[in-house]
Amino acid sequence: MIIKVQDLVKKFGDFVAVDKISFEVPEGEILAFLGPNGAGKTTTIKMLTTVLSPTGGQITLNGFNPLTQKDKARQSFGIVFQDASVDEELTAYENMEVHAVLYNVPRTERKKLIQHLLEFVELWDRKNEFVKNFSGGMKRRLEIAKGLLHHPKILFLDEPTQGLDPQTRNHIWEYIRKINQEEKMTVFFTTHYIEEAEKIADRVVVVDHGKVVAVGTPEELISKAGVDNLEDAFIKLTGNTIREEQVDPNEQMMRRRFGGR
Amino acid sequence: MEIIYILWLRQIKRYYRSKARIIGSLGQPLLFMIAFGFGFGPIYQKAGGGNYLQFLVPGVIAMSILFSAVFSGLEIIWDRQFGFLKEMLVAPVPRLKIMFGRCLGGATVAVLQGVIVFLLSLLVGFRVDNWLLMPAALGFMFLIALVFTLFGTGIASSMKDVQGFQLIINFLVMPLFFLSGAFFPLTGLPSALKAVMLVNPLSYGVDALRNTLVGLHQLGLVRDFTILSVVVIIFLVVASYLFSKIEA
Repeated sequence: MIIKVQDLVKKFGDFVAVDKISFEVPEGEILAFLGPNGAGKTTTIKMLTTVLSPTGGQITLNGFNPLTQKDKARQSFGIVFQDASVDEELTAYENMEVHAVLYNVPRTERKKLIQHLLEFVELWDRKNEFVKNFSGGMKRRLEIAKGLLHHPKILFLDEPTQGLDPQTRNHIWEYIRKINQEEKMTVFFTTHYIEEAEKIADRVVVVDHGKVVAVGTPEELISKAGVDNLEDAFIKLTGNTIREEQVDPNEQMMRRRFGGR
Repeated sequence: MEIIYILWLRQIKRYYRSKARIIGSLGQPLLFMIAFGFGFGPIYQKAGGGNYLQFLVPGVIAMSILFSAVFSGLEIIWDRQFGFLKEMLVAPVPRLKIMFGRCLGGATVAVLQGVIVFLLSLLVGFRVDNWLLMPAALGFMFLIALVFTLFGTGIASSMKDVQGFQLIINFLVMPLFFLSGAFFPLTGLPSALKAVMLVNPLSYGVDALRNTLVGLHQLGLVRDFTILSVVVIIFLVVASYLFSKIEA
């Protein structure tokens, strides 16, 4: 098991965002982590990727404890965050370069890898442009190229294809599946496009209100729910009510300042 | 080493690419030199203090370094807002290196800013007493820059958003500047005020610049150097602790 999570808890004051979640992911698997808004998906990913410390429970990533062996755990994974993590004042190429240095990508391979990935996300022609001039989709593509740069053992993707057109989405998933097969890279992703999960994922974990409500292959979940597709199974599992998302203070400010996203 | 270098380089690139910021940040020091330098000059001379511009310019240089350095540190809040902070936080390298690279970059930018103000002051009529002491002056500029970049970094690391920004500028940065002896000599001040100025690290920076640039001094270079170095070490420890505790 390359990812092991046991009784993971995260509280923000009185609010329990993640409530005793447990699951395991074998090496080489593509796992979809699904749930309605505010189910605790992003909080879980943040704890798995060492940017947030859990209130309780245990995590093992590639054999390392992300709390005590931070750097080793960090070297094991790549992450594409839900929101931007690039420097807008730098060019696309410079962002990739900074990332390569931060992740110890050997100098000799750097140029080739950066070119390869920027060509893959079709940004090579615009490598010398400032990221602030990019469209939302282009920024997203750059994020993905960046997350793949250091060939991680585990790739976390928090809604990687949000806001992208179907062509680009397909293209990206194809690539992710390809490296998953070629390099046995484990993929852990969240998405609101349930059909993506149905198509791509080996297994699905559904969370709601900070708890795991179902685990299984897409087929298992569909047949257990007695419906036609994963989306219906998902709705059956998590209900029809629309969720209020718990906003963290940071995002709250972003919304006030910049009028939302 | 390369990690420190690449983050240093990032700060430098961000600096020279924002021409508006460079020009904008020169307005205030220039205004101080012209308005105060010439405005208070005659009174200062009458009081027997000598040439006020000569007295003032080292203070104004220290001021622009202070502002530029604190801003560089506080830029972490912007990195948080625009997302780049996350990139640094999940990187598999010691956070100390990341913070150090950033701070060296920020300090370098602040020194550049100080040098530009120094060059402007020559146009306004400032005269260097002994050019041989210029390297020492630059060294002190760097120490001042490092102290306040670390200071800004420590504060920004413990802030969640920009709401407290004005508070920091008005209640920390402005007092640091006004109570540093940049405008007036330490002699003959009420003892409470003097005590405050003696715990302000910028006072030692101003004194050192005044000493190396125009040969005026009140506290002595050895003392200035020792205190600034000790403050750098203390702030380095505190800022790296706070930076290591940041959560996204």
